[in-house]
Amino acid sequence: MIRARALEKRFGSKRVLRDVELDVERGGFAVVTGPNGSGKTTLLRLCAGLAAPTSGELELGVERGRIGYLGHEALVYRELTALENLDLYGRLYRVPERRERIGMLLERFGLWDARHERAGAFSRGMLQRLALCRTLLHEPDLLLLDEPFNALDADGAALLDRELVELRGERAFLVATHDPARLAPLAPEHVALAGAK
Amino acid sequence: MAALARKDLLLELRGRETLPAMLLFVVAMLVAFRFALTGEQSDAAAGLLWVAILFTALLGLGRAFVPEREQGVLDGLVLAPCDRSAIWLGKLLATLAFLVLVELVALPAFALFFEPLSGQTIAAVALANVGICAVGTLLAAMAVAARARELLLPLLFLPLALPIVVGGVGATVAEDAGRYLGFLALYDLVFAILAWATFEYVVVE
Repeated sequence: MIRARALEKRFGSKRVLRDVELDVERGGFAVVTGPNGSGKTTLLRLCAGLAAPTSGELELGVERGRIGYLGHEALVYRELTALENLDLYGRLYRVPERRERIGMLLERFGLWDARHERAGAFSRGMLQRLALCRTLLHEPDLLLLDEPFNALDADGAALLDRELVELRGERAFLVATHDPARLAPLAPEHVALAGAK
Repeated sequence: MAALARKDLLLELRGRETLPAMLLFVVAMLVAFRFALTGEQSDAAAGLLWVAILFTALLGLGRAFVPEREQGVLDGLVLAPCDRSAIWLGKLLATLAFLVLVELVALPAFALFFEPLSGQTIAAVALANVGICAVGTLLAAMAVAARARELLLPLLFLPLALPIVVGGVGATVAEDAGRYLGFLALYDLVFAILAWATFEYVVVE
């Protein structure tokens, strides 16, 4: 589903990624690790199509609308409620039975009671839960998750553990994390980024 | 696209940040012009109406992509499987709605302070609104990614909006306004097509 060869990314004169090789098949689960500034987020953004590589090959065997991207930010409007944000994304992604799917996700991620609250009033952990709802809303085939456990409390992290186990199957995962041990039960492949010089 | 435009109107209804500022700005400008002009200077007044509209629109355009900049929402919209130019069109419609609402106050205020407005002036304003929002929305999306966004937008927008001032003032003061209105319509068409075609490249690196 993802095939990268000699992938390189520069921002001006600064080289962020260098000679990255990556293969993630359907049903595959790859974990990207590396120190701060090693290019984990950049790699995920390249795979999402949010940035273009400077050189190298990057092939994605999935349409844009079948990608679920969880970034550092929640990608939701602060002035809209949780329900309104998900409804907007549901419309953009043409999610079938949108209301039912949104209700189910809000319930599952413990946000149902806060569904009419504006995202701007959410704590960092609640925002991360909302971002996870947004990411999973359209049942994507490829999940690109950048530090998905960030800001989650113990309950939230345990919930995400269960979700990842449940979601694994036909989907492909590329997860950037500082805590690969947490994902060990999913038997992932490791992509270690050392940071380009 | 309708969902995106509706979302922008809802955000403004909740935040009330852009529209009140645009209204206060245009009224303050017209009052200042009223005191700045002396005697019979109707041609100059017509020019000032267009300057007021342009700068008020610029104020709104500067805020157009602020909600998307917060929380990185533009990435979320870009990833959606719809045509990326629909983001531009949705934003254009919302900005156009704000501008029209402001003009519902500004045009009667102008008529009160200076002179009655002719039908051709109102037609020119309607045509100019489309051009201002088409070009301005594209440039606002460009500027929002830049560090010096507050400086960049006026620097990009004002030169490209000069033909609107030429067409607008011409339609307001000329006996035969037809060719100026045609010029504004052509400007709208050309820049709407250009903005539609290029927006995707603006929002994706």
